[in-house]
Amino acid sequence: MSGDTKMLHMVNKSPFEKTALSSCLRIAESGSAILLFEDAVYAALQNTSVANEIVNCLKNLQVYILGPDLAARGMSNKPIIDGVKTIDYDGFVDLVAEYDAVHSWL
Amino acid sequence: MAEEYEDEFDGPIKRFLFVNRKAPYGSIYALESLEVVLISAAFDQDISLVFMDDGVYQIAKDQDTEAINMKNFSRTYRALDGYDVEKLYVEKESLEARGLKEEDLLVDVEVLNSKQLGKLMNAQDVVITS
Repeated sequence: MSGDTKMLHMVNKSPFEKTALSSCLRIAESGSAILLFEDAVYAALQNTSVANEIVNCLKNLQVYILGPDLAARGMSNKPIIDGVKTIDYDGFVDLVAEYDAVHSWL
Repeated sequence: MAEEYEDEFDGPIKRFLFVNRKAPYGSIYALESLEVVLISAAFDQDISLVFMDDGVYQIAKDQDTEAINMKNFSRTYRALDGYDVEKLYVEKESLEARGLKEEDLLVDVEVLNSKQLGKLMNAQDVVITS
């Protein structure tokens, strides 16, 4: 029997509009990574009504956000939740290569 | 001599309210709504815009889309007053849920609470949400 899959969860929907992120956080196993991109990058900002969900999950999960999507939305100068790592497209490729499987929460 | 060009619209003028509820770039809604607003303005309609829910992100300052290879249409909101579209409203509750303040926005707006927005909506002939 093989060991557990190391999974990269990808979320691209706004946490204020869709439940994709909440469902992902409820289900993701400890040791998984979450990549927030497109409209999901808003979830990584401090001082929002959903910030606690990310703060809490950081105890068990790695959380990454895609910098270019943050910049496009004018949020590059806003404070990001401590522990969330900003990556670029090269880092995105590295992440996909590093993990065994990718789960896109469409 | 050609007939004089008429640039005045002499049809009926209605009160249009465009309610923007989606973030920019993740979907086409924000850009499409802006196009419809500009078309409506060309017909001299009485136009108001509301930004609520994720729509408040449409008018966030400092948008820079170079790295995602998409058109940055946020500047167009600043040009709206040139089309006599000057009534822009933002819902207070939506700003607060997102940790945003009026000074984070790239256009002058009037901040209204939900109750006040409801009244504004009731005073329209046509309401279009996207």
